[in-house]
Amino acid sequence: MKNEYLFELKDFHVWVGEKEILKGLNLRIKQGSVHVIFGPNGSGKTTLLNAVMGFSGYRVTGQILFHGKDITRLPVNERARLGIGISFQRPPAIHGVKLRHLIATSAKTNGRLLDEYARKLNLVDFLERDVNVGFSGGEIKRAELLQLLLQDPDLIFLDEPESGVDLENIALIGEYTNHLLGKKLRPQEDKTMKELRREVSKSGLLITHTGHILNYVNADVGHILMGGRIACEANPQEMLNTLQECGFQECYRCFRKEEDHVKR
Amino acid sequence: MSNDKKTLADDLDLSGYREDAPEHAEIEDLSRLSPEDQQVLLMTGIDPTGKQRYGSFFQKDHTVVHCRTDFEGAEIMSVTAARKKYDGLKEYWGKLVPADKDVYTRRAEEHMEHGYYIRSLPGAQVRYPLQACLYLTEDKLAQDVHNIVIAEEASNLNIITGCATAPHVRSGLHVGVSEFYVKKGATLSFTMIHNWAEDMAVRPRSAVILEEGATYISNYICLVPARDLQMYPTAILKGKGSVATFHTVLLARPGSLMDVGSRVILQAAECRAEIISRAVSTGGKIIARGYISGEYPGVKAHLECKGLLLSKKGNIHAIPELEGKTLDLDMSHEAAVGKIAQEEIEYLMARGLSEQEATSLIIKGFLSLDIVGLPENLQNELQQMIDQTDTDAM
Ligand SMILES: Nc1ncnc2c1ncn2[C@@H]1O[C@H](COP(=O)(O)OP(=O)(O)O)[C@@H](O)[C@H]1O
Ligand SMILES: [Mg+2]
Repeated sequence: MKNEYLFELKDFHVWVGEKEILKGLNLRIKQGSVHVIFGPNGSGKTTLLNAVMGFSGYRVTGQILFHGKDITRLPVNERARLGIGISFQRPPAIHGVKLRHLIATSAKTNGRLLDEYARKLNLVDFLERDVNVGFSGGEIKRAELLQLLLQDPDLIFLDEPESGVDLENIALIGEYTNHLLGKKLRPQEDKTMKELRREVSKSGLLITHTGHILNYVNADVGHILMGGRIACEANPQEMLNTLQECGFQECYRCFRKEEDHVKR
Repeated sequence: MSNDKKTLADDLDLSGYREDAPEHAEIEDLSRLSPEDQQVLLMTGIDPTGKQRYGSFFQKDHTVVHCRTDFEGAEIMSVTAARKKYDGLKEYWGKLVPADKDVYTRRAEEHMEHGYYIRSLPGAQVRYPLQACLYLTEDKLAQDVHNIVIAEEASNLNIITGCATAPHVRSGLHVGVSEFYVKKGATLSFTMIHNWAEDMAVRPRSAVILEEGATYISNYICLVPARDLQMYPTAILKGKGSVATFHTVLLARPGSLMDVGSRVILQAAECRAEIISRAVSTGGKIIARGYISGEYPGVKAHLECKGLLLSKKGNIHAIPELEGKTLDLDMSHEAAVGKIAQEEIEYLMARGLSEQEATSLIIKGFLSLDIVGLPENLQNELQQMIDQTDTDAM
């Protein structure tokens, strides 16, 4: 039987040291679907993605399923090879390693496509520079996107892809994030067919504090992460509107009601 | 120099080495060497085809077996031949590295079996490097050489020297005295690559003097094990506005001891110097030294010493020293010894690299220096050498 969900978290807890940051999350993402998680600063959004990728420094219980397979204990690179990719909120700089070299080492597709995407993302010169060394906020995010476009994963985690990016670049990042996620692009003359033919089967988990990126990226389902728990499953655009009007304060009220409900 | 006594107390036992080597036949073309030898040369920066080189010098044990140059702007020959031709090279011989400096310079004076002499003529622009190789093919042999390099006024000279042992050699002693003269307005870029057998003891003794407006760029690379390597070349910036840069890249595996530094004495107005070293230990001991002495107001110098320690058994000891002897100096240093950040490894793993691939990529990145002023093709060759370094042991 084919699994309906590409990605599932079951009763997912994460500790950093003695501190429990995530307190039993449940989340399911269908093939081809893009979810958004909103959450105030420090609510554990980055922790969630890092722990799901398998980075060190986190103690984890519960289950992570990808294509129905339990990947909770796999090394990071095996998760990546299965088809999970991540754009870091704050990636480290790698001295002495050229961006082109890293992509050549890690990417699925290569060659001409790399130069083409680099041109589109205004990163041609950056291919010959050390990875993230002296990159500005926007350059970092575009370089992350470039790496992901060539890695071509099936499930894509994006940790605040718009943070530290100026307005002009948000549109560009938004456009190619959409493209990466396989969301429909209207036929355009300056696009190659290859780009347009990208399948609409990618799934994503997009994390955002501000929500700006939603002006450019089509997401299907929205959630809130607060107090170590995920709540809501709603239209992301509507959620964003509410958040922009009332802030996360509104969510607190909603959360409290739910907790009362549980107690009763 | 003032702080010579601070170099390692030396306890090498010199009695176990042979002084005599069989004579070797001349080689017309380095590409006639065996494929194994050629492979060693390639990893030592020496191109056996000589295609992108203006000239070559090749000394096998105690015999100079090959020497040629196609370029009128430079001379390359055995130092013995040069002394015959130029009245003993009296102006240069022993003037920077005195014969009685230490036990090794005395050895070199006593046992000297050639070495190279390279000179660029005034105004010559040597676009491609000249290459010189000192090759050891006899086990337990002592090779003592004396090299003289002269960049005449306003010339631009570019040299790669490789010192290596043949694949079957396990141990030996290499002692090399080198004296460099960079004259008014000249630029000398000198790249030295060592490719030794595990049980080699190596004692270069070098000094450089720079006249007004001269530039000296030194690159030293040793990525292979050497049991005992000790060198501390000195550059004396005597002429106004002269500039010296030292880059050093070291990889020490278990059993290796590398005591390597660079010393710069700034003696004239507007002089500048930079010493940069990268040291990786996978179990060996590295002493990364640096010494800068400011002796003229207004000079500028910086010393940077970075180490990656990858094994509990390894040891990296960074000793950066600055000595100011006058007012108004701008001298600084930074030293750091640490491990690879886990965050960097995991970043690369998130792109699909295994932990070992990620580690190796980071180490190679750490070792690769973007060297300003080095011709691009040479820079690429050095990068390739680092890329091809066997990282299994890491
Ligand atoms: N390595 C760590 N050590 C200590 N505390 C951490 C660490 N990583 C995260 N935290 C804490 O976990 C909480 C969630 O952090 P984070 O996941 O970065 O939040 P967000 O991405 O939502 O802003 C914060 O209180 C943060 O201080
Ligand atoms: Mg975050």
